[in-house]
Amino acid sequence: MTSNANSLELKSEVEDLLNAYTQCIDDDDLENWPEFFTEKCLYRVIPRENHEMGLPTAVMWCDSKGMLHDRITALRHANIYQVQWYRHITSNPRILSVDGDTIKVQSNYAVFKTCNDGESTVYNVGRYVDVIVRENGVLKFKERSAIYDTHRITTLMVIPI
Amino acid sequence: MNTPAHLKWPDHADCTAVPYSVFNSQEVYDLEQQKLYNGPTWNYLAAADELPEKGSFKSTYIGDTPVVVTRGQDDEFYAWVNRCAHRGAEICRERHGKSEDGAFTCVYHQWAYDAKGDLHGIPFQRGLAGKGGMPKDFDKKQHGLRKVRLVNYHGVLFGTFSDQTPDIESYMGDDVSHHLKRIMNRPIEILGHTRQSIAGNWKFYSENTKDPYHASLLHLFHATFGLYRSSQKGESIINNDFHSVLWASSGTESKSALDDMKKDKLRTLQTGEYALQDPSLLAGQQEFDDGVTLVILSLFPSLVMQQIQNTLAFRQILPKSKDEFELVWTYFGYKDDSEELRNIRLKQFNLIGPGGFISMEDGESTELCQNAIVRDGAYTNVIQMAGKEAKGDDHLVTEGLIRGLWKGYREIMDF
Repeated sequence: MTSNANSLELKSEVEDLLNAYTQCIDDDDLENWPEFFTEKCLYRVIPRENHEMGLPTAVMWCDSKGMLHDRITALRHANIYQVQWYRHITSNPRILSVDGDTIKVQSNYAVFKTCNDGESTVYNVGRYVDVIVRENGVLKFKERSAIYDTHRITTLMVIPI
Repeated sequence: MNTPAHLKWPDHADCTAVPYSVFNSQEVYDLEQQKLYNGPTWNYLAAADELPEKGSFKSTYIGDTPVVVTRGQDDEFYAWVNRCAHRGAEICRERHGKSEDGAFTCVYHQWAYDAKGDLHGIPFQRGLAGKGGMPKDFDKKQHGLRKVRLVNYHGVLFGTFSDQTPDIESYMGDDVSHHLKRIMNRPIEILGHTRQSIAGNWKFYSENTKDPYHASLLHLFHATFGLYRSSQKGESIINNDFHSVLWASSGTESKSALDDMKKDKLRTLQTGEYALQDPSLLAGQQEFDDGVTLVILSLFPSLVMQQIQNTLAFRQILPKSKDEFELVWTYFGYKDDSEELRNIRLKQFNLIGPGGFISMEDGESTELCQNAIVRDGAYTNVIQMAGKEAKGDDHLVTEGLIRGLWKGYREIMDF
């Protein structure tokens, strides 16, 4: 296989991961959401404002798969919020670098939110910056940062991006 | 009395019943901008550390009036309305930054001001080749920006438009200033901001931050994982009617209070059913000698300052219309934090902010109220938990601070 074919195959595999991730959230299969990450991981939803100023504060900040599970436990059993659905549109995935089994990827996303009033609004727009690794042959996120442009979050954020 | 005709306060109810039209009236909203935000109140502008150098600036608001806070070449802080004295254009269009030459220039006709808001430059003031120009008697000194009186109180910058506003300590009162100084006890480090837009009247949020009654009932994360319950040792304190402090210490519950809660069969008490897979979220440090783990300080009308576990933050309330406000969170730690403590703070920020396990519902509750009152302005709420007086208490099962809010509000609004 040529190296070009190799990279096409990897690109397709990465895109599959990105798509499976957003479909998991959009289909409300949130209990399986942590499985897209490695055991020790970093998941951040961070405003572009902080990111550009080098300030670390994030809206969601999980540094273990356990913390990702806890986000979902709280969402299902503790937090109070109105019924809402996400629809992610992801685009422009680009492999920035490949170093052994570590792949750096950037892509764009837009999340539409629909609540019980039936109106769909653009809820959160930004970019994913990912560090993806191969674990037992499967690609997983070691780091996933959703750096969002929509720096005024409407009402609250309970479902992960 | 200067009450709008539609706003009927019930007789003899004092501050235990508030007509809903106060939350849903453009007339009331406009009067608030005039009497509260442009009146004798101190409004949160920034933490001084957000403007770290000479030339630093930050755009913000007092009420819905756009204001810029600056750090001058003399290292003093200044604030002025972000409106060019010439034709009314917005001068500063960035959220924050640094003016390298210390000048603030309107893009429209390049009128230039210094950090104090004084006018220094007018292009073509003397005209071009003898034509045009400003009148000879035009005095730049008379055409500076609309200035804000500013005070730097222990590293927190407050502004007021009124000469009648008392000094900041008298305005706050002893307990509020004590608790502000308790948190601002040494140099802080800004760790970031988040912003959220909430479709409700800003005063629903003011009530919320003076309401320990809801804390264990709405914020189930608190209760589910044992962070805060109404049965904890704590206090609710009123200063000058509409300012307040709520504090609590975790791990201090009396058995009788806990037994009473069990009798009520509240969903609050689902303790034990769910556990955190990664308990490091709540593995904080005791960083204050007094053992207090929760402080909600409310300085009316625009600031809520908080310590929840190891999280420290300013929440700035910015009204946008009668049924929308923005909440700007500024998170901080201390300059001398160990790396470990800094990481604890970053992790615990999961508790607060727009996605906070124990704060996300506050926006939701505000909207729930706004949605429901639309056509019922003549009806009133019921604010009688722990009696009818506007006073603090040595416990957290009270709405006394909310009564204080309305007592102070009615006085300053002349309603």
